[in-house]
Amino acid sequence: MSVVDRQEWDVVVVGAGGAGLRAAIEARERGARTAVICKSLFGKAHTVMAEGGIAAAMANVNEHDNWQVHFRDTLRGGKFLNQWRMAELHAQEAPERVWELETWGALFDRTKDGKISQRNFGGHEYPRLAHVGDRTGLELIRTLQQKIVALQQEDFKETGDYESGLKVFQECTVTRVLKDGDRVSGVFAYDRESGRFFVLEAPAVVVATGGIGKSFKVTSNSWEYTGDGHALALLAGAPLLNMEFVQFHPTGMVWPPSVKGILVTESVRGDGGVLRNSEGKRFMFDYIPDVFKEKYAESEEEGDRWYEDPDHNRRPPELLPRDEVARAINSEVKAGRGSPHGGVFLDVSTRMPAEVIRRRLPSMYHQFKELADVDITAEAMEVGPTCHYVMGGIAVDSETAAARGVPGLFAAGEVAGGMHGSNRLGGNSLSDLLVFGRRAGWHAAEYAAGVAERPEVAEDQVNLASAEALRPFAAETEGEAGPPENPYTLHQELQQTMNDLVGIIRREGEMEQALQKLAELRVRARRAGVEGHRQFNPGWHLALDLRNMLLVSECVARAALERSESRGGHTREDHPTMDRAWRNVNLLCSLADPTGGLAATDPARGQIRLTRETTESIRPDLLALFEKEELVKYLAEEELYE
Amino acid sequence: MATGTEPQQNSGGVRSRTRAAIAAPHLRTDRWWLAPAVTAAGLFAFVVYSTWRAFANAHYYAAPYVSPFYSPCLAQNCATMHAGPNADLFGSWWAISPAIIILIFPLGFRLTCYYYRKAYYRSFWASPPACAVAEPHRTYTGESRFPLILQNIHRYFFYAALLVAGVLSYDTVLAFRDQHYRWGHMGLGTLVFLVNIVLIWAYTLSCHSCRHIVGGKLKHFSKHPVRYQAWQFVGKLNARHMQLAWASLLSVAFADFYVYLVASGVFDDPRFF
Amino acid sequence: MSSYEARFKVWRGDVQGGDLEDFKVEVNDGEVVLDIIHRLQATQAPDLAVRWNCKAGKCGSCSAEINGRPRLMCMTRMSVFTRDETITVTPLRTFPVIRDLVTDVGFNYQKAREVPAFVPPAGLGPGEYRMFQEDVDRSQEFRKCIECFLCQNTCHVVRDHEENKQAFAGPRFLMRVAELDMHPLDAAEETGLDRKRTAQDEYGLGYCNITKCCTEVCPEDIKITDNALIPLKERAVDRKYDPLVWLGSKIRRRSS
Repeated sequence: MSVVDRQEWDVVVVGAGGAGLRAAIEARERGARTAVICKSLFGKAHTVMAEGGIAAAMANVNEHDNWQVHFRDTLRGGKFLNQWRMAELHAQEAPERVWELETWGALFDRTKDGKISQRNFGGHEYPRLAHVGDRTGLELIRTLQQKIVALQQEDFKETGDYESGLKVFQECTVTRVLKDGDRVSGVFAYDRESGRFFVLEAPAVVVATGGIGKSFKVTSNSWEYTGDGHALALLAGAPLLNMEFVQFHPTGMVWPPSVKGILVTESVRGDGGVLRNSEGKRFMFDYIPDVFKEKYAESEEEGDRWYEDPDHNRRPPELLPRDEVARAINSEVKAGRGSPHGGVFLDVSTRMPAEVIRRRLPSMYHQFKELADVDITAEAMEVGPTCHYVMGGIAVDSETAAARGVPGLFAAGEVAGGMHGSNRLGGNSLSDLLVFGRRAGWHAAEYAAGVAERPEVAEDQVNLASAEALRPFAAETEGEAGPPENPYTLHQELQQTMNDLVGIIRREGEMEQALQKLAELRVRARRAGVEGHRQFNPGWHLALDLRNMLLVSECVARAALERSESRGGHTREDHPTMDRAWRNVNLLCSLADPTGGLAATDPARGQIRLTRETTESIRPDLLALFEKEELVKYLAEEELYE
Repeated sequence: MATGTEPQQNSGGVRSRTRAAIAAPHLRTDRWWLAPAVTAAGLFAFVVYSTWRAFANAHYYAAPYVSPFYSPCLAQNCATMHAGPNADLFGSWWAISPAIIILIFPLGFRLTCYYYRKAYYRSFWASPPACAVAEPHRTYTGESRFPLILQNIHRYFFYAALLVAGVLSYDTVLAFRDQHYRWGHMGLGTLVFLVNIVLIWAYTLSCHSCRHIVGGKLKHFSKHPVRYQAWQFVGKLNARHMQLAWASLLSVAFADFYVYLVASGVFDDPRFF
Repeated sequence: MSSYEARFKVWRGDVQGGDLEDFKVEVNDGEVVLDIIHRLQATQAPDLAVRWNCKAGKCGSCSAEINGRPRLMCMTRMSVFTRDETITVTPLRTFPVIRDLVTDVGFNYQKAREVPAFVPPAGLGPGEYRMFQEDVDRSQEFRKCIECFLCQNTCHVVRDHEENKQAFAGPRFLMRVAELDMHPLDAAEETGLDRKRTAQDEYGLGYCNITKCCTEVCPEDIKITDNALIPLKERAVDRKYDPLVWLGSKIRRRSS
């Protein structure tokens, strides 16, 4: 085996979405030599898909807004399962993070008095989302990208080399986080273009790889979302938290089939769009759960008045948190009141003049026109739930974003768990990226600077990682068990399994079936073979990603089977109500074989071990932000007495 | 084997050695040549017509109409036009058609116009003939060197074009007279002149330089509300710059041709009142 | 739902050489070219290299040339072609090919680095920025850019003349200069950086002959030529070719 190229850095950031770039900027500004590795081209990360906005209590539109209200909304949305300290930091720091973007050149939409405009969104009490039309994610990623370029220009002035202090390795995939004893020592990666392996040695690694949506058939996520970071952390010995909570966005496109799942932004509803079933009824009024009864309008008239006069009317139920809306749509379709292609109708055409729609929702207009031949200014869209976000993720320390149990490993963004509890509010992800991306970069740089002796990367770890990555090419020669498996077929079967058996509504028997199927796929995936060579070979890339998707899918299925209640992004048909006893219980997934081996194929045992953990109780002054009557609905008896 | 199995020689363009080895200069299957062909034909026809008319030095005045090709008329050999756009700036030494003096300005305006530049670069120079269709030239420096760097003087031609448009407006007012210079009359020619002057103004004001001058150069529109309004108005016209360029080209040629027909006695101008 | 079999020619190869390869492949209702490429991968050519990401026209990864026209594969619906048409898909022909439909777009990242970043105004802290919608509209249009590099690919200045890649930044990055120059709070001028002048002197604005192919191929419908390049040319004229402005600035300098 050829010698693998090695480089030394202080901090390595895996992932170049919002969280990864924000972490890299922070680490570099704090003096750490920082490398960013991403699977796509620089600036193409999935963050560009975020449409609605960045939630931050700047109070530009409604003066009553402040971080306490934002915190309260976040906890309500997450059904009180959130890692409360994260939610607190998030609500407090989000405005600064947004303002900071302006100093880097971001151009948000403006209010009349020249401040950043803010829009309404599901679950947010006040208009809170800083936005740019419906392409906020693009603005965010571009701003961070350009800030990185600005830092590189500074480095160039000083050293004559753009990449001396901050380098982006684009179109490279990390397959292993390497360790020296307990500590992180670097990452093993391959260059997608050439297929060449390389090692970046670094005492601190920030994982910011996003989500897991590509394990599901109908998803708004891009191909990159194969749960790489989740799997890397698991394999490095860090536990994953509450993986059962997967958010199904209520409004994805349902037709034509090739675009099924592509997101229809929540701003459509925030700006006045309404949901109707095939009978033309605004059905959301029938689905307001008890815990939200006081907060939402009871009649269409009141809901409509709220857009003009939010202080004296309650918001329409189309703006309930995403889990509620997704479930409602699911029920309507099941009851036979769906649209022709199995969704419901989302209509703005009768609510706003065509001109306003084109201005406020330009990319939605464009998307439907181009991909579905639907003119949203003249007719209703057909929408249905689509897998959108995973609330679960790497268990991290709230302040430092450090992964538990593995010194030197940090995580931020969607790949980190805890912040959003059981359900994320729209707009809270972009602010999450910024707040915790910065914190991860900051503490990673600090950690790296404080390391007395750089950890070493042992040759045998590199050889093992190389062998693992090359396995798909050798599959053909192992022939006893039949011909090699097609990775594309395996992926499709996995997506179908997760969609059908661990989807939006879950049942015990189906999830057991899913675990069986995953075990079978795991065996077959070991024989996934590819043709051709290592240079930009998508079949090979997919074969390698399968390991991660299978690991993460098992976490989701296993945790979902364990949690016998319905809460946020986890809905059990056999346990349809929220159970206060589960409020303070976290489910942690870790590798069944702590040595990191993946040989276990026994479906009952599998690769993942679950442990329960009781969460730290919420600080009293934060609890005091809620009415007693509300807390009674969420908190267990003994928590209330404290 | 079919095309392109061997890497190409380095010829600078799409067949450079590092690029995908495809022999065809382009793979477009649509009728990409149609637009440049039509443009070339249209511009060529106008050039032929206007050259003939500009050098003709005849049949450009039929009271009360003066051909826009000959207005203002700046030499001694101009026809006498009662209260018309005569201004003998050049005196008697100018012997050829007086149209040549003035036509420089609208010609220069149109020649340096951002739309016409696109049109003739594509259709006459084939630089490029159409998008993603390889151009035939070995080297290219665009407008970065002499002589094409002179395109940057477009705005001065714009200022001149404003003056010319002013004179043509005056001519249009004069067209509200009859053959005996009595006011308050109108004929078919008046209508032709009216349409022409509206199109000339619309084309002139829709100019990119104009858009820049009225407001585009500002950094803060919010501090200049009137100029912002003006910029928006010009912007709306500017979006139709191409259509206006063609429409005004046709209308100016037609106005001239109309005067020619009347002046050469092909028919009499039908009078409305 | 109706499906049919379409004929495709897809360029396969690398920098050593390659050729258009014929495929017959199933097409279903509502599909786009990228769906077909994916079907080829899954069924006939597992190692067919293609770059893509969001599949919703938002990331600008899947740029290619379809029947000779630069387009996003994810936004080109199969219904724009007739059923008996052979559809040719090649990589972008302005950038070095890596493999199959994937090209090395490093040129663009290099040019991105050469444009000096936004210069924050002195004396304004985070949260103190005040800008009005009419002042940010222009730059916001340019910031819709998804960096698919189709404009860079189609621009004949570099497409047909490799040697111009040195001197010419391309429409995308000239537009970036325009975006910053029109940014209401960019303070480049206060620090002595004249973006109007550098547009011409350093990024090759003069090479642009405004033939508008960049605008024609832009999947975001940004009016690159009319709203960015021509205004930038006019701004450069202000600086370099306007005697009145030149005289005015001389007089003002003298009197101050």
